[in-house]
Amino acid sequence: MSRLRLAQLLVRYTLLVWVAIIFVFPIIFMVVSSLKPDLQLLRDTASLRAFLPIGDISLDNYHKAFARVPIALFIGNSVFITATTLVCSLFLCSLAAFSFVFLQWWGRAVILSIILATFIVPFETIAIPLLMIVNELPWIGLEGLTFGWLNSYHVQIVPFLADALTIFLFVQYFRDLPRELVEAARIDGANWFHVYWHVILPLSGPIIATAAILKFLIMYNDQFLWPIMVAQEEQYRPIMVGLMYFFQLNVPWGEIMAYLSIITVPVLAFYLSLQRAFIQSVASTGIKE
Amino acid sequence: MPHRDYRPVLMRVFRSGGLSHHHKAGWLMAGPAVFLVAMFLILPFFMAFGFSLTNQRLFSPKPTQYVGLDNFKRMLGVSYLILEPERDTQTGTILIDEDGAPVYPRLRTYTRNNPDYPHLDRMREWISFDLSEDRRLYLLARDVIFMKAFVITVTFVLVTAPLQAGLALLLALLINQPLRGINVFRTMYFMPVVIAMVVVSMLWRFIYDGQDGLLNSLLGFMSFGLFEPVDWLGNTETALGSIIAMSVWQGVGFHMVIWLAGLQTISPHLYEAAHLEGANRWQTFFYVTWPGLRNTAILVMVIITMQSFRLFPQVAVMTGGGPLDSTQSLVFQMVERGYGKQDIAEGSAISVFLFLFVLLVSLGQRYLVRER
Amino acid sequence: MVHLDKPLATLSDTCKIILQNNGVTILTRKITRQTFMLMRYAYAILSYRIFLEGFLMLLRRLTHLIKPHLRAFSLALAGMLIAVTSHAATELSLWYHGAGNPEEREVLLGLIGDFNKSQSDYTVTVEEFPQESYNDSVTAAALAGNLPDIIDVDGPIMPNWAWAGYMAPLDIDPAKLDGILEGAIGRWNGEVYAVGLWDAAAAIYTHKSTLDAHDIRIPTLDNPWTRQEFDEILATLKASGQFQYAFDPGMAWTGEWYAYAFGPMLQSWGGDLVDTNANRADGTINGRAAVEFGQWWQNLFVQGYAPGTSQDGADRDTGFLDGKYAMQLNGNWAAVPALEAFGDDMLFLPSVDFGNGPKIGAASWQFGISASSEHKDGGRAFIEFALQDQYSAAFSNVLGLAPTTTAAAAMTDKYQPGGPMEVFFELTKAQGTLRAVTPGYVVASKEFEKALADITNGADVADALDAAADAIDADIEKNNGYR
Repeated sequence: MSRLRLAQLLVRYTLLVWVAIIFVFPIIFMVVSSLKPDLQLLRDTASLRAFLPIGDISLDNYHKAFARVPIALFIGNSVFITATTLVCSLFLCSLAAFSFVFLQWWGRAVILSIILATFIVPFETIAIPLLMIVNELPWIGLEGLTFGWLNSYHVQIVPFLADALTIFLFVQYFRDLPRELVEAARIDGANWFHVYWHVILPLSGPIIATAAILKFLIMYNDQFLWPIMVAQEEQYRPIMVGLMYFFQLNVPWGEIMAYLSIITVPVLAFYLSLQRAFIQSVASTGIKE
Repeated sequence: MPHRDYRPVLMRVFRSGGLSHHHKAGWLMAGPAVFLVAMFLILPFFMAFGFSLTNQRLFSPKPTQYVGLDNFKRMLGVSYLILEPERDTQTGTILIDEDGAPVYPRLRTYTRNNPDYPHLDRMREWISFDLSEDRRLYLLARDVIFMKAFVITVTFVLVTAPLQAGLALLLALLINQPLRGINVFRTMYFMPVVIAMVVVSMLWRFIYDGQDGLLNSLLGFMSFGLFEPVDWLGNTETALGSIIAMSVWQGVGFHMVIWLAGLQTISPHLYEAAHLEGANRWQTFFYVTWPGLRNTAILVMVIITMQSFRLFPQVAVMTGGGPLDSTQSLVFQMVERGYGKQDIAEGSAISVFLFLFVLLVSLGQRYLVRER
Repeated sequence: MVHLDKPLATLSDTCKIILQNNGVTILTRKITRQTFMLMRYAYAILSYRIFLEGFLMLLRRLTHLIKPHLRAFSLALAGMLIAVTSHAATELSLWYHGAGNPEEREVLLGLIGDFNKSQSDYTVTVEEFPQESYNDSVTAAALAGNLPDIIDVDGPIMPNWAWAGYMAPLDIDPAKLDGILEGAIGRWNGEVYAVGLWDAAAAIYTHKSTLDAHDIRIPTLDNPWTRQEFDEILATLKASGQFQYAFDPGMAWTGEWYAYAFGPMLQSWGGDLVDTNANRADGTINGRAAVEFGQWWQNLFVQGYAPGTSQDGADRDTGFLDGKYAMQLNGNWAAVPALEAFGDDMLFLPSVDFGNGPKIGAASWQFGISASSEHKDGGRAFIEFALQDQYSAAFSNVLGLAPTTTAAAAMTDKYQPGGPMEVFFELTKAQGTLRAVTPGYVVASKEFEKALADITNGADVADALDAAADAIDADIEKNNGYR
């Protein structure tokens, strides 16, 4: 019996490891390549040496990448933009979803359908009209009342605060929650915000984690066309624009790999922290030995 | 006197507008998000919709003019032509080329400045096939690239959505085991997701390289050199498949996590009950796990479908729509035309088309899901 | 027809014009604008209430992140105050495409510093952009009415921007342009719009030892390879079996490279992208010469002489250095690493004469003045200042590109008479050919690229070129002939 079990375990782990290799090998290639000089890097792609840190190994690419691009500034910008958007967006979208699901008000069904339909629109479609709009909008900041949002952080944040996907995620999740919870709290005299904050949100751990990961990835990884259009000053540019800095007449591939390795760290850290905070807690209740 | 106890509760309920209607609270809570969506998504989309009915350029010193549905007509214009093979002028026998196939007249003699076929002017071949031995049907389109992009995008969605969702579920089941160190594997499976699609595409260009790419050398290594190197992105037969495989690889980890969350909401008591009833693994999956995943399934399918319709960075970085238009996509063409060729009107027209099409599909999806 | 810049006073005016013209764009634009006018005050308060409170709260929490910026801001403010009080120099903004190249930045900043010191009327400040996305940034800025005073523009794109009204004629003293390579001067519609400090040149890279080993003649400027000779050379090198490919044209470099590098081949064949006189592509890009060129081109790949469109960018960059390719078509910016690797064995050869003389592409990045600049005199003064030979030489030294005057060439290590890259300077002078000078170039170049990629992948040559001709002509027609 115990021998059978051991064999079973072995099979399971072998399977897990093989699948893991499939998912990790390009990333190993990326990190290993960041340690090699260009010529060796490209020569090694022809063999399994691509995955091994052998040959002329150094951190030169990292030094050079830091000299080429203000990496700390760009990562700082990206993290700041992403974090601000994330916090505001999760709050606003979950609040709206709460209202759509639990409250009865005129027009909610129609409005929800329209919002969900915008999920289909690719950002590239609306980028030009959006540019025309934000160029007219007022803002109150350190300089007082100004018009036109170009060259700022808020132009990279505010348009992305509410989106159909996040609202949709919350709506789907809230629909599964028992309505009695809300009604009971209402009978007890709680106001709607209280119900949202103290009854619904504490039950929403998994969906907050999911929505947070998704929003983080979209804001951190896919902000590309928009900053090119609206962030003309270097101090506001995010990491993806920084990637463009490497495409010179002679492309330094090793430095690109180094840059990619560096910018992946914050996303990974974010995911790991979420995994601990939410997924494990859910797992402990769900799985039985 | 029980009615006295309920009074303050009823008072509060009345004051807030009753349990059934809460217009003020509802608007207050949904308002900010609705306003933002209206301002930054709906309004610009309406403007784009407006562009699609004009000859709007990205920039131009000329005034913009309303052109009605011209952009759509040009995009969607199709026609057909049936041709007979060329015959020897003396004997009347059908001319045969080196491969033994009948020789048909060049299409460009009909579609370019031919006064007898004015309705075909500037059209190009989209698809053609033989009706019989001496008749060939040519399906012509005014905008062949758009047509191809449309078909390829739909193909991409139809293949990617079930594949990605299915593999993600398998992975979720694999990872939902109570094993030591399972979190490490979870993280590894999730790794590709955290890397931007642009970056992933750049890495996979190295992997798919036809001469000495990683994939070719890996397959060569595993087959002891028997494997013939394939130019994965340079072949019309393998290019789209390669992009699909990479897209699935990149996205599957994310959907695995969603499935996992769904799996863990299923009560352990149900599994216990199934175990007591003597259900085997398959029965447990079909009667306990799958019904409990219904809402998750809808969520996963909707997200994958929407994301797949936006197929863009992979194409832009890896193939640029080639070889021979075998990897064109609607969003890629939209960007190519709107930004690359400075024709915002045509780019907008493509996105309006995409919007209406996907809306139709999702309405259909909703209808199907509701029926059951 | 309605001109967008015509001021519209009231909403009813807008409606009338919409009724007359059905201008949906104008409708959306005008309504948006007027709604904003009405909403501005209310909206300012609203936006303050909704966004700013939360935003500032977060700002406070993330102070450590923005502290450097705040400090930079206050420093800049202090700097501005000092600048204002000390002397009233007008600030000129300059946009440049070279972000990510520290050495180039140093030369540019040196040039700007020298200019700022040389006079007291103007102070030039620079904002750098990555080249890959520079054009998109400029377009967006133009849409938003946010262009700088001096812009940097890629030569063949210039007519497009001039036509669109982004750029103003330079009105530069013609004497200042004496001795500058024609390829570095951006002319359109009889006016000079931009001038460059360097020019790019393409050559065939190969090894002397390779040619010697296969008894191949070394071509000269006066006596370049003919088409027939070139075909034989390709066959010989392929038959030798020593190389993965005999010739690497650089299909991995999608984008402008195709029109820049392969367009001149088409021109040498007797074809072109667009007939700029007739303002028409049909009959030119798909004319007899072009179709013959296309067939020859396709044969390169059918015979396995050259790597196709799926070549990865890395192979393109190092394939020749690694010995995978016997010959490579490349620009002078890549010459320094090749010289370092091979020294005397390295050869840079003039392009092949396909019948109408050997030709290579000309025109690289150039400086011009934006039409919206309020200080065009300042911009002109800066550009005139920049045209000094020492700056052309300095840029050439860091970029590897060719200087634009003989005097500047003499000041560089690589391009001076007897220098290892002198040949490029001679090439540019002798063979440099401008790409079709028309605002429609942007589309023509893209269509040429698409047609050539399709031909490379086995498309029917005439059909592929027809498609390009139709697309280019449709674009010209849509823009009323770019007049």
